[in-house]
Amino acid sequence: MNRIEETFASLKSAGRKALIPYVMAGDPDLDTTAALVAELDRRGADLVELGVPFSDPIADGPTIQRAALRALNGGTTLRSIIETVASIREHTGIPVVLMTYYNPVLAYGIGDFCRDAARAGVDGLIVPDLPPEEGADLSDACLKHGLTVVFLVAPTSTSARIDLVNRHTTGFVYCVSLMGVTGARGELADGVDVFMAQVRSRTDRPLGLGFGISSPEQAGEAARLADGVIVGSAIINVMEAHAGEPDMLRSVGEYVASLRAGMDRETPVAVQG
Amino acid sequence: MTATTLPDQRGHFGIFGGRYVPETLMTALDELLEVYETAKTDPEFEEEFRYYLRDYVGRPSPLYYAERLTQTLGGARIYLKREDLNHTGAHKINNTIGQILLTRRMKKPRVIAETGAGQHGVATATVAARFGLECDVYMGSEDMERQALNVFRMRLMGSRVIAVDAGSRTLKDALNEALRDWATNVRHTHYIIGSVAGPHPFPMLVRDFQSVIGREAREQVLEKEGRLPDVLVACVGGGSNAIGLFHPFLDDGVRLVGVEGAGHGLDTDMHAATLGLGTPGVLHGAMSYTGQDANGQIQVAHSISAGLDYPGVGPEHSYLKDSGRAEYVSVTDDEALDAFELLSRVEGIIPALESAHAIAHIARIAPEMDREEVIVAGLSGRGDKDVEQVDGLLARNSERGERAGGAE
Repeated sequence: MNRIEETFASLKSAGRKALIPYVMAGDPDLDTTAALVAELDRRGADLVELGVPFSDPIADGPTIQRAALRALNGGTTLRSIIETVASIREHTGIPVVLMTYYNPVLAYGIGDFCRDAARAGVDGLIVPDLPPEEGADLSDACLKHGLTVVFLVAPTSTSARIDLVNRHTTGFVYCVSLMGVTGARGELADGVDVFMAQVRSRTDRPLGLGFGISSPEQAGEAARLADGVIVGSAIINVMEAHAGEPDMLRSVGEYVASLRAGMDRETPVAVQG
Repeated sequence: MTATTLPDQRGHFGIFGGRYVPETLMTALDELLEVYETAKTDPEFEEEFRYYLRDYVGRPSPLYYAERLTQTLGGARIYLKREDLNHTGAHKINNTIGQILLTRRMKKPRVIAETGAGQHGVATATVAARFGLECDVYMGSEDMERQALNVFRMRLMGSRVIAVDAGSRTLKDALNEALRDWATNVRHTHYIIGSVAGPHPFPMLVRDFQSVIGREAREQVLEKEGRLPDVLVACVGGGSNAIGLFHPFLDDGVRLVGVEGAGHGLDTDMHAATLGLGTPGVLHGAMSYTGQDANGQIQVAHSISAGLDYPGVGPEHSYLKDSGRAEYVSVTDDEALDAFELLSRVEGIIPALESAHAIAHIARIAPEMDREEVIVAGLSGRGDKDVEQVDGLLARNSERGERAGGAE
């Protein structure tokens, strides 16, 4: 069992749900990213998703596009992100998942990338533009190096596609809550409960729910439906609001703590635990 | 498996092609494939497609013997496949007719498109108006300034033109934004991709719709010359007009030459020679040659022609390049401008700047060829959209020339 599976298993036995914040690696620089991961860890995150900046992020809305641009302008590369993870690993055991488009991985070399990432302490990958049909090479390399590779399901996925994703994903199933791209939304999408019930009926794996979640209330709602709650753009919005200010880290930390509280209210076992 | 039976079931041309898109779109791509496979074998669809190509687009387009160009260059006999004479002035409408008919079969009330120079946007707006569908076109804000006339044409026909301010504010970013729209609205929206790019089945179905160019040209050249041509030449941005011309000749021994935009030159970073200088990668849903840096970030392309100004290329071209069946060369902005003037002056045909790239390459090879040899060039579009831009460029060049002359 790797760190991701262990985390979900121990949370499950404690009756808790995983809080999975996303930040863009290198936004605005990698030192900030390392400090952010420590802060997220301290404030109740169970897993951390690190975004890898890409010039053409077709699954992302404007917030994450802006973050990627800042990171690229700062010279962030997949290589420097892996080095940063290695330095983060000296201080924390929190599972780290890289969310990257496929092309930077191809350019690095699939085998080399998986080897270097695993060595640095990366636990898994999410590649939003790589469906299982094209994922054999990456899945093989991840298996070889002990990385999980998380595939996604969406509200448009048929039962057959959910089964396909279930066969190929490791760690958890990433459930895209809405039709469209990442970005904070006012409320959870209509029908997300029906969608999650359908996915739940076809897999025993932990379910992560992401895209659009931006408030403690939504995080609570999501926690009732899923095993993990993924929040990205909303955190970047907080970072942007406090950009260049000394209290940026603290503001992000407080926001993440509020998400944690929103989730724990909805999963009352946690309060006792 | 021969080149003519590709792609395979999952949309691969060798290692190229495939589907590299967010999960949200996968079911829609399956649906599109299914509807297309059914339509392809349905005589009613075939008849409908032919009808609109004939009575609405004005096909077949002529294969014109460019006698004065031939005399001027003094070598091979040059024929032009006149896609510039189609309704809306370019080959793009062959594909949009095909896709709007598929959209109707899928009962989707809305279409979206991306556009660079505006030709595909106009061709989409045109068929959307003809069939009464809602239409939104994504266009980089920089391109909107360069091609204001096409923006007006689209709006006149009832389409919305949405400015894209992200990234390079050109075609690449318009495509990103269209894909995001599609992921959001896929249940009631069809995305009419304008080139042989994107995820499977787009490279296949756009090729099939555009292959009318090559089928006609083959028949016409056999009728006029009694034999197949020696060389086919066409410009390549995404590559739909080139594939359309080449494909019906793949099993013949005809030389196939695709011409990319070399911009300011291949030794600069201002070019669009994706096949010439790029490396395999994944962009916009398919594996193909891509203009990218060592870290896999997509680079901004440059060409004088907005239609060639794209750091990607259709996966089938990547396959044809690697298999050696087709060769790919490039032409600089200046060479394209010279060809633009040349064809205008000796034939009274003002070509699109895209098509001028093909003419520029012909100007290199025709004089070296025998008088009995035959070249067929894809004249993919007319140049009305470009005259204002060219006027500005020529004025600047002649000022520069006068200054240089005065210094002597």
